[in-house]
Amino acid sequence: MTPRTSGRTATALALTATLGLAACGGGGGQEAAAPGDGEIVVGITADPTQMLPWTVTSKQAIQVLSQVYSTLLDTDEQSVPVAGLAELPEVSEDGLTYTFALTEGVTFSDGSALDSEDVKATFETIMDPESNASSASYFGSVDTVEAPDPQTVVVTLSRPDASFPAGLTGVNTAIVPSDVDTAELETTPVGSGPYVWSERTPNESITLTRNEDYFAGDVGAAEVVFRVIPEEQSMVSALRTGSVDVAIFENPVTARTAATGDVTSTTVDSLSYHVLQLRAASPALEDVSSRLAIQCALDRQGIVDTAALGAGEVTGPITSPEYRSDPTAAPCAERDLDRAREYLAEAGTPDGFSLDLMTSQGLYSTAVDEAQAIQAQLGEVGIDVNVQSLDSSAYVDRWLAGDFDAAVALNGGSTDPNTMYARYFTSDGSFNEVAGYSSDTLDELFAQGIETTDPAERQQIYSQVSSELVDNAAWVWLFTPQLFLVTGPGVEGVEARTDASLSRLWTATTG
Amino acid sequence: MTALRTLLGHPVPRRLGEAVVTLLGVSVLTFVVLRVVPGDQITAQYGIAAGELSPDQIADLEAYYGIDQPLPVQFLSWLGGVLTGNLGVSANSGVSVAELTAQALPNTIELAVLSILVGLALGVPGGMLAASRPGRARDNATQAGSLLALSVPSFLLATAVATFLANRLGWYPNGEGYRTLLEDPWLNLQQMLLPALVLGISIASPVLQTTRTAILGVRAEDYVRTAQAKGVPARRLQVRHVLRNALIPVVTMTGLQFGFLLSGALVAEQIFAIPGIGRQVLLGLGQQEYALVQSTTLVIAVMFVLVNLLTDLVYRLVDPRVRVA
Repeated sequence: MTPRTSGRTATALALTATLGLAACGGGGGQEAAAPGDGEIVVGITADPTQMLPWTVTSKQAIQVLSQVYSTLLDTDEQSVPVAGLAELPEVSEDGLTYTFALTEGVTFSDGSALDSEDVKATFETIMDPESNASSASYFGSVDTVEAPDPQTVVVTLSRPDASFPAGLTGVNTAIVPSDVDTAELETTPVGSGPYVWSERTPNESITLTRNEDYFAGDVGAAEVVFRVIPEEQSMVSALRTGSVDVAIFENPVTARTAATGDVTSTTVDSLSYHVLQLRAASPALEDVSSRLAIQCALDRQGIVDTAALGAGEVTGPITSPEYRSDPTAAPCAERDLDRAREYLAEAGTPDGFSLDLMTSQGLYSTAVDEAQAIQAQLGEVGIDVNVQSLDSSAYVDRWLAGDFDAAVALNGGSTDPNTMYARYFTSDGSFNEVAGYSSDTLDELFAQGIETTDPAERQQIYSQVSSELVDNAAWVWLFTPQLFLVTGPGVEGVEARTDASLSRLWTATTG
Repeated sequence: MTALRTLLGHPVPRRLGEAVVTLLGVSVLTFVVLRVVPGDQITAQYGIAAGELSPDQIADLEAYYGIDQPLPVQFLSWLGGVLTGNLGVSANSGVSVAELTAQALPNTIELAVLSILVGLALGVPGGMLAASRPGRARDNATQAGSLLALSVPSFLLATAVATFLANRLGWYPNGEGYRTLLEDPWLNLQQMLLPALVLGISIASPVLQTTRTAILGVRAEDYVRTAQAKGVPARRLQVRHVLRNALIPVVTMTGLQFGFLLSGALVAEQIFAIPGIGRQVLLGLGQQEYALVQSTTLVIAVMFVLVNLLTDLVYRLVDPRVRVA
């Protein structure tokens, strides 16, 4: 073969390929499916890793597994625990014994019956230190789990724990079959959820098929596919052309570009919160007046508008719907520069001081912008902020070690305020070193809150916790983010829940 | 002794020896860089929840991920595995790196080949066009075009093209699940079209410049003038005497570009959701999956070395002088 012919052939081939494909590009539509027999394609930006319910932490994995598994209790629109695999438990007078009655006739996708032995085995696996369960902390107060008969589970606590039921509503405590090996569950989950694990191509997609015997009702679509599309802009194109039906965005601008024509975007609130973590334990922030000066110098709505492009709501410490803190109840709920200067003078640093602020580009998209907004705002009262933008692993390392003065963070929330903050702000909490603040008052309040089951009384206690935190500017709480649930015309009835959880995806139908 | 020297002097064993040293160097470098980066697989996996693990649990996990051994032992055990054909396992997906690579590599190779074809199809004729009237309007226009193509970042071009097609034509094949060439050739070629075009355009520019310079250089050679004086017809002169000789640097350039494309056209793979080798490395880096990153990097290095050897061979075919030397 001479170079001349090979060159020409190559050119011709390339041109044919280019022109041919471009010309025929318009077609390629999908066949319309009969109602109820269609598939819902959920676009996710990262491949979920880790398929054991009690170890999952990534939101993608939680979205997938909440289709495959069921939990002992469920939540309603207000994130309040309701019946799931079991009715709401009967609680003994002393608050130590929880008796759960399981729904009859529930089966796992491998055909075996789901009974009290499975619940017992699941909970014991979670409590076993060997299994490295991230949900082990929910069972900190549990003494024993018993299965007196196939439909009854009795959990005995060693101390009253009002937050215990809330812990049973998440995928991290989902029930797995007792007779299936853990190693097998890692590659092929076996659950009793609305969909059944069918097929996985690493880095590409996960396919689930309808569970015809789902105990909670009729499942809308025959198939759900979680498809990995790493680029958000690419995801937008996929939504616009109908090859993806559902996606969740954090960026309001991206959501807006996606939502035109038949594609709609719904704004949902989140339990997680953006916060300026101050470590009162570090010398620069020891004085409460220094911390209050920071709190007063910050314009939190301004941070939402500049860093999060308006997609957020200014918040106090507690985001749990039933216990939500009043964001206006803090000292300097609105920015007050004069007050900030007074606090600085009280702290003996009238001209301000300098502060290292740690942030990370990789953890979430707004982190660095928030740090810069904070830097600019604090600069106005003379607080000289030195922003350290770290790689995400380095950030996590230093965060865990409590090796910082101040950090911009996005922390997960919970439906229960004790779960949210006891680990940070009780003196023996696992993250107290990270939080850098504790007090006898807080220790006492958290102890009371966990022992009290009466909702009104608990609300009272946690509102005191909230005041204690903001009055001492333990941290400066900024805002809860908003998420955007974007759905295409191919799917109907996707319920927009807090945190854009897809736990009710099974009620959606293909249009 | 003389036999050994002759053997080492011979280009093929020498090149092989160099290749082995290169690969070893790449492996050591990757290993060191991965360990210098703060954090490990445990913090990557658990994030802040890693703070709630007990020392016992951390020890368990370290053993599970194989990071409890001293560093040299970790390296040697990985190297030993590789030499016996075991590339390790991706702990998160539970799939062997060999299997993942076997899925990803063909996609990357296909994309690289298509991109090169697009690049050559645009670059070589463009270079010829530019060289035909140096310094005149068509030369300036092609050069300006190629400079523009070189200056537009490929991620920008890629997103712009994708957004335009999806919004205006309602066509975006990359949103559908990826299909390999064997599974569904028609959909696969549609899915490859956009990334190949985007990459091809960015390759076309250096190819065009190289072709133009080479043609101009060759045209000034004595033998061209001689051929011209002998009355060789213009077309034959351009193709046999000028273009053929001008192709030598173009082949080198294409080989280099091909090598880079094989190391994972990361941006294009990421944007157009092509499950290739570049995304595999990125995924491994994000999860701090040491075995995955080390082995995939090695595979990429092997590909690179192979392509370079291949370029040398093609070079010999095109340029008889190299064959003699």
